[in-house]
Amino acid sequence: MLQGTDRGLRSSIDWTLIAVYLVLVLIGWLNVYASIHTPEISSPLDFSLRSGKQFVWILTSFALAAIILFAINPRLWEVLAAPGYLVVLVLLVAVIFLGTGHKGSNSWFSIGPVSFQPAEISKITTSLLLAMVMSRQAFSLSKWKDLRIVLLVLGLPMLVILAENETGSALVYTGMLFVLYREGLSGIFLVLLALAIALFILTLKTSVWVSLAVLGVIALGYLLFMLRHTRPLSRERRSSLWLLLLASGLFAALVFSTDFAFNKVLQDHQRLRIEVLLGMKDDPTGVGYNVRQSMIAIGSGGFFGKGFTNGTQNTGGFVPEQSTDFIFCTVGEEWGFFGCLVVLVLYGFLITRIIRDADRSRESFTRIYGYCVASCLFMHLFINIGMTIGLMPVIGIPLPFLSYGGSSLWAFTILLFIFIALYRQENKYF
Amino acid sequence: MEIRRSDRLVIGLWVVIAVLLVRLFAIQIIDDSFKESAENNSMVRYTIYPPRGIIYDRNGEILVGNRICYDIMVTPKEITAFDTLALASALDLDPDWVRSQLKYYREYRSRIGFRTLQFVKQVSAEKYMKFAEHEYDFPGFRGQVRSVREYPFNAGGNLLGYVSEVGPKDMEREPDVYKSGDYIGKTGLEAAREKDLRGEKGYHIFLRDSRNKVQSPYKDGELDKEAVPGKDIVTTIDAHLQQYGQELMKGKKGSLIALEPSSGEILAMVSSPGIDVEVLSNMGAHYASLAADPGRPMFNRTVQASYPPGSVFKLVNGLIGLQEGVLEPWYQYPCSRGYAYTKNRKLGCHAHRSPLNLNEAVMMSCNAYFCYVLKNLLENKKYDSVDDAFDKWREYVLSFGFGQKLGSDFPSELGGNIPTSKRYDKIYGRKRWKTSNVISLSIGQGEIGATPLQIANLAAIMANRGWWYIPHIVKDSEGVEIDARFKQKHYTLVDTTHFSKVIQGMWMAVNGGPGAGGTAGMACVPGLDICGKTGTAQNPHGADNSVFICFAPRENPKIAVVGYIENAGWGGSWACPLASLLIEKYLTGGTTRPDLETRMLNTSFNVAGN
Repeated sequence: MLQGTDRGLRSSIDWTLIAVYLVLVLIGWLNVYASIHTPEISSPLDFSLRSGKQFVWILTSFALAAIILFAINPRLWEVLAAPGYLVVLVLLVAVIFLGTGHKGSNSWFSIGPVSFQPAEISKITTSLLLAMVMSRQAFSLSKWKDLRIVLLVLGLPMLVILAENETGSALVYTGMLFVLYREGLSGIFLVLLALAIALFILTLKTSVWVSLAVLGVIALGYLLFMLRHTRPLSRERRSSLWLLLLASGLFAALVFSTDFAFNKVLQDHQRLRIEVLLGMKDDPTGVGYNVRQSMIAIGSGGFFGKGFTNGTQNTGGFVPEQSTDFIFCTVGEEWGFFGCLVVLVLYGFLITRIIRDADRSRESFTRIYGYCVASCLFMHLFINIGMTIGLMPVIGIPLPFLSYGGSSLWAFTILLFIFIALYRQENKYF
Repeated sequence: MEIRRSDRLVIGLWVVIAVLLVRLFAIQIIDDSFKESAENNSMVRYTIYPPRGIIYDRNGEILVGNRICYDIMVTPKEITAFDTLALASALDLDPDWVRSQLKYYREYRSRIGFRTLQFVKQVSAEKYMKFAEHEYDFPGFRGQVRSVREYPFNAGGNLLGYVSEVGPKDMEREPDVYKSGDYIGKTGLEAAREKDLRGEKGYHIFLRDSRNKVQSPYKDGELDKEAVPGKDIVTTIDAHLQQYGQELMKGKKGSLIALEPSSGEILAMVSSPGIDVEVLSNMGAHYASLAADPGRPMFNRTVQASYPPGSVFKLVNGLIGLQEGVLEPWYQYPCSRGYAYTKNRKLGCHAHRSPLNLNEAVMMSCNAYFCYVLKNLLENKKYDSVDDAFDKWREYVLSFGFGQKLGSDFPSELGGNIPTSKRYDKIYGRKRWKTSNVISLSIGQGEIGATPLQIANLAAIMANRGWWYIPHIVKDSEGVEIDARFKQKHYTLVDTTHFSKVIQGMWMAVNGGPGAGGTAGMACVPGLDICGKTGTAQNPHGADNSVFICFAPRENPKIAVVGYIENAGWGGSWACPLASLLIEKYLTGGTTRPDLETRMLNTSFNVAGN
């Protein structure tokens, strides 16, 4: 037993993941310091400033990580999954009524000087419950009953978060589609989702009729393909035909309702952000301001950047939310393309390694949870960086490990280290 | 070859990362425009404030104009070390205040961010020039042109209203229009015509270099928006007449209103004690003392006070009597110092000869005569009951604009009060009251209330022989059209022919000559043909109110005036000369009675606030 523990500590923990985590957190801290840097500020440890506070968040995160790795039996996570999920769901609802407003959404709890967002924790609890549900014996996504449970587990927190007006956090949940895909959901769903997004944008940028024409071509192509590959009057052909008809009808309805959804369902600021992104509106002082300033900051970095704390855009205070959602601007401006490359490769490496570890794990609970972690990180990464370089509409979600903020750093640390602990536990006992 | 799903996902991940990197490569290395933008650092948006519309009088004189001044703005992010003493002396500021302000900006730098704040408000042009010479020494500070209100005449303080900084409620109501630090009309015309006067703000977008110097217009000014100046408002006020009216009313409490009968336009409208225009331009400093003033200078008596009209109301009763056929000009009634309406109760009257006819009754303002008229009206056999007769009477009175809001362009206007028969049913019980219970209505007393503007309107109705336009203060002008209701003629229920019968008495009251017994002899100006009717209304708070309505000339009247002076006693001795001086000023430009004018200007009834 003693021997086993020793072996475990040395070789069963995936130290590479922890090393990448540490590097990212350090990069984050340096950039938070740089983003609030002014000539008068000397010490990065001035606790009245964000860099000082972030230092505290980092230390406490390390403590959390250590507790998760060494003090908590990893089996506990599976046990806690259902009650944890329910508690967080209640918090998610409660925050709508009891929370404090924060940047247009009502999703923060403030307890004294500390404020936190239940939506951050809900990623963890939802992932745990999803892993628990899907790792049960005889679970299959091709069974409607099982699929229904999965949709419920994912849909409940997502809807509540949408009601909190935290569109970004809700969007992260769509990333769970990748988990479902890995676990056997037909790839057609991913394709259909991509097609729906493409048609939505196409309709906005051109017109309903262009979209319908494109849809018609796709449907016709599929029809020809199907006619060549199925036998006449076979059951397969008939069901495919029905499916095609149904899908075409649904997509046509989507195309026709685009205008309505865009103008009536979306809120003004959301609509404006999409219009700015798609170049339908130029609004350099309003919504476009953030994106434009952010792109100027990143674009002006060149290959090697302007050097640590030498950014003019960041310290000039032109980019809003500099140290939180737009932290990547500081990376881009001060470290240039090279810095961006390093950060992106680090993220890519981290996520790939999580996926590989998950695949290697013998327990489906660990595997599915690992995929959830990977999906969350990926969605945050893509939405956040995509936003700073004008590929995504402005959606306020943090960049994992880099953005300033205790709530988000803690949540990502817990999310990641539960996986490391689960994975280590397997290595230890098998 | 089948690829594992997990591998597909990993491939997808790296494809997305590659897309992000390609985009980064494009904007960081290939596209130079972002570097240029960074050189130009950022866009600054300067708000261009439109000049507020000018308010003119009816003759093109400026009542409210604009004066240029400057706000000194500061962008704390741009401040670098500079000589605080030099800044303080350039702007005449206390150096300690400047230092404390800078300390504040430092403390709250993260909250302030890159915003520009107001440093000092309303610096005069001369002072600004001094600052502008050294502006380059104070990075982060700059001047912004603003205009403040300027009043060439001390006329119409209460009518014009004042302008001051917007409050949180205004910003909430119209967040797109009002930003903190903007100005808005708070009262009077400035408030009522805010939408016309304010204009539309514009902005210029500039690019700024890394040393915070403004470089060039963004996209050559393609996205700039020019400010749209506020629309000018032309009022119906005669600035000189208004100013004269205010001087006449100094030291008196009450209202003095002049209308142009043919159009309903308000020529002058004085509520005293009132607000001087000097106070208007700096309302913030005076507000507290004004609000605490027992004379209530901010209260616009002309439309917000409801008084018993007093004897001038006899005209209305007389006209209704004529229309209803219960009165003819030659009817004579006796008066022995009053009218005994019950065995031992009497409504008093002053000493004059008896009996008299309608003309003489109007001229001498006999109380008893109009008691008979009201009695005949209410006990008219034509109606089944006193109730019915009374309601018919009320209908007539309402057609003169009493008992309801006139609909003038003063939003705070009151409607006064004309009682209904139900009111008396309530007091005395149904069918248990008769003329004797309401006898004071015959002389404009009792349960009757009217605003000075309604009484002025009565003067205009007399001048027009039976019709009126809603009194109003704004005229049509370029871009500003007044409401259609002001162009609609209202007719009283009394035929035009009856008016001349009463007007003869009004003419006699003024022009009857000494010894004839006319009550308004003091208003007589030879050649002006003034017709008038005095009134003395009881005031529960002290001495009687002095009332006078008049118009001139008798044919084709040009002006109708009401004077309503609180606690001044006899109508003939105060309101009457004041009103006639105003008429004289309007029709001749001066006065032939300098002694009377001096006495009126210098008389004060010890009104608080003056």
